[in-house]
Amino acid sequence: MCSSVIQVDVIVPSHTKYLDLIGSIGERIVKELDGYTGDREALAYQLNLVLTEATANVIKHANDDQHKDTVRISIHLQRDQLIIKVYDHGQGFDLDKVPAPDFDHPTEGGMGLFFIRSMMDSVTYTRQTEYNVLEIIKNL
Amino acid sequence: MNFNLEKINNFSVLTIQNERIDAHNSAELKEYLLEIIESGENQLIVQLKQVRFIDSSGLGALLFGHKQLAAKSGRFMLANIQPQVLSMFELTRLTRVFEIYADINEVLSNQP
Repeated sequence: MCSSVIQVDVIVPSHTKYLDLIGSIGERIVKELDGYTGDREALAYQLNLVLTEATANVIKHANDDQHKDTVRISIHLQRDQLIIKVYDHGQGFDLDKVPAPDFDHPTEGGMGLFFIRSMMDSVTYTRQTEYNVLEIIKNL
Repeated sequence: MNFNLEKINNFSVLTIQNERIDAHNSAELKEYLLEIIESGENQLIVQLKQVRFIDSSGLGALLFGHKQLAAKSGRFMLANIQPQVLSMFELTRLTRVFEIYADINEVLSNQP
């Protein structure tokens, strides 16, 4: 890989109409991966999806009254990794206790985190004093 | 969301004219599917030719339509799914749940 380091910090209003914008940034960043030899179209879709799902989760569930108006997302592209951080101020959750979807009896919800975990290389959720961070890493 | 609903033979054909189905418009899609199903249509083909992105809530909306129609012994079919979108159905194994066709002609030619 020989891409330059790129850092994109985005703060958007906490509204689903901005999901398209957030997802599109993920798609667009794939064009900056100079030496990426994998399937670019698939990666573009995956980043669009992961950013969309993670941001939608915060909009729907995870902000307290004081921070309910905006969502902050940071995307950091370095030599061989893409690191996405999505911040929330909600009560937080235990990533390990989120069940995998029941493929034999599919339900309408519960697929978002499954997509993030399936498509990315590392997913962690850290509760901190001021905020929580969902950190998603894709090895390039 | 932009939809086009037409009748072809005995089938209701719903064409979704958006490029993207996500948490912003999936509730609207669910409502519209319910409206169509409650109006008595029981053979529904959803054309996804123009949809190049779907998220979990979009898949959920389609699953909702499928379940509603299955409860009425109807058929809920999907057609013209773009490759990247199809890969979402494959990853969630929803290809086993939905009737998926290449296009409307394939549905029509498979009629008993």
